[in-house]
Amino acid sequence: MREITYAQAICEAMSEEMRRDPKVFFMGEDVGAYGGAFGVSAGMLNEFGKERVRDTPISEAAIMGAAVGAAMTGMRPIIEIMFSDFISCCFDGLCNQAAKTRYMFGGQTTMPIVVRAPAGSGTGAAGQHSQSPEAWICNMPGLKVVVPSTPYDAKGLIKAAIRDNNAVVVLEQKLLYRVKGDVPEGDYIVPLGEAAIRREGKDVTIVTYGRMVARCLEAAEQAKEAGIDVEVIDLRTLVPLDKHAVIASAMKTGRVIIVHEACKTGGFGGELAAVITESEAFNYMDAPILRICGADVPIPYNPKLEASIVPTTPVILDGIKKVME
Amino acid sequence: MAQTKKKTAALPPKKQLLDMYLKMSQTRLFEENAARLFSLGRVHGTAHFCIGEEAAAIGVTATLHPDDLIYATHRGHGQSIGKGMDIGRMMAEFLGKATGFCKGKGGCMHIADMAKGNLGANGIVGAQFPIAVGAALSMRLQKIDRVVVCFCGDGSTNEGTFHEALNLASIWKLPVLFVCVNNQYGMSMHVNDAMNIPDLSIRAQAYGMKGWSVDGNDVMAVWQAAVEGRAYVEKNGPGFLVANTYRIMGHSKSDGNKYRDKTVIESWKERCPIKIMRTWLLKEKLATEAELVAVEEQAKKSIEDALAFAEASPEPELESALTDVYAD
Repeated sequence: MREITYAQAICEAMSEEMRRDPKVFFMGEDVGAYGGAFGVSAGMLNEFGKERVRDTPISEAAIMGAAVGAAMTGMRPIIEIMFSDFISCCFDGLCNQAAKTRYMFGGQTTMPIVVRAPAGSGTGAAGQHSQSPEAWICNMPGLKVVVPSTPYDAKGLIKAAIRDNNAVVVLEQKLLYRVKGDVPEGDYIVPLGEAAIRREGKDVTIVTYGRMVARCLEAAEQAKEAGIDVEVIDLRTLVPLDKHAVIASAMKTGRVIIVHEACKTGGFGGELAAVITESEAFNYMDAPILRICGADVPIPYNPKLEASIVPTTPVILDGIKKVME
Repeated sequence: MAQTKKKTAALPPKKQLLDMYLKMSQTRLFEENAARLFSLGRVHGTAHFCIGEEAAAIGVTATLHPDDLIYATHRGHGQSIGKGMDIGRMMAEFLGKATGFCKGKGGCMHIADMAKGNLGANGIVGAQFPIAVGAALSMRLQKIDRVVVCFCGDGSTNEGTFHEALNLASIWKLPVLFVCVNNQYGMSMHVNDAMNIPDLSIRAQAYGMKGWSVDGNDVMAVWQAAVEGRAYVEKNGPGFLVANTYRIMGHSKSDGNKYRDKTVIESWKERCPIKIMRTWLLKEKLATEAELVAVEEQAKKSIEDALAFAEASPEPELESALTDVYAD
């Protein structure tokens, strides 16, 4: 199978859906002529023209609100918010409008919007350009949230998101944009709400997503040498959550570690831990659930400081050994 | 405030004039009854009444084509009635009934009727601006000829979304007529304290669009400006029409109006837009006293019927609290 990058996979997803459905269009800051701040939409303006690939002024609230209005009246907008941190600039449009409108209007409308935003630290962009804000969004009924960790999933999840009749937020992992992976040509989707078991194992379950998946897999390989057999679940979708996969794995191993880059307090890991302990898996637990998450700090600029405040492979390996004690 | 001098457009036919009078009367009665029900504890939460602002709503909605879209305000019951929404289902929504437009899940502030082209009312001041722009963009992309009227109040023009949305509509030349019902109050802040400009309509210039400023208590002045506004917007891109009026009641039902001079309120009551239209119709011999009384009776009956329908409607099933979050 051919290999393309995560960024190219996203471009392919958007382009294929725009060829397939004239209702799909794309707007955002610098997505057209510039090809996107991270180069994701290179070539799309040429293919689809400026009616369907729209450069906007720096106006997140207008971009998000316009997506709501377009989605309510028959179109299927994709918008790009240049950095996930800027979601706070259009929070009303996302949470009070996109998430709540269908419900408040008694089901009179659908909201087929895709909000794509590069997320995550590691580029030295510091506090306001590096966040993993999924927890803000997961607590908002009406929204769906996906975090692709591979080029294959990026293409498949985004195609599924574009076809979904609800507002789906895609938190792309900016440090994965240049990573290559196998991606089929042509049409396929990765359904929302389905986790992927990246590595099967019987001793410890790691539940994770996004950029941390690779680190968890590395730590799992290293744990094998210590005779520990680790299962790694990549959630892929946070809302709706694949509770079944998480609970089944927890029942199988009895030891769970939750790993995410986002800071710990109020993070999605707390939700996962509660889902597990509330379920029948509780009776199978041999150790308390361990969360290995980002420090409760904004992202610092200095590269060593920046690297130190998110989970690393050695820290995850230590966690694996700890839950086995 | 400066008032734009208008060239007089041809008057609408008598049937339409009487319909405008009917809808203003219905709006007044609707609001008075809703206020009464609120005082009785039958309408929950809060409610915002447009008494005294009927002309600003009906003068605009009377110019719209049936397929045009509107976005109403939280004070927009007149805008909704003007758009032809079923008054019984509006009242049912106020009472939280299952037959309400929003199945009882929206209430007074979130009335919407997608089938009649009312994209809704919003509880977030200013949220409507970019949504209306998106709807107009949607019409453009689908090659559908339609105007979007985005109602708002004076207070909302200080939200960031006003500026972002007008700018976007302007650069993309989208067919949105922004209609500002300047009732002179945000909640308790007077418009002169909220802005440093003498005439709201000059904000249009900042976004390269055409602006109009009219007497919002004179339904025919509003109508003429809206006719011109709609025709302009259909061909050229967005416009900003300011209808200058006055809010007779408090911001919401719990507002005791302590921040206002009661004599000012009384003097504006004398400028009641319904009385102004009635006097004008008789003076210009466009309608007889008997015809106007018949319209008033019709308005009264329609509100009575709406109330009866709403009162007789069932409460929603409890399970419906959990539905309509996501679409399939």
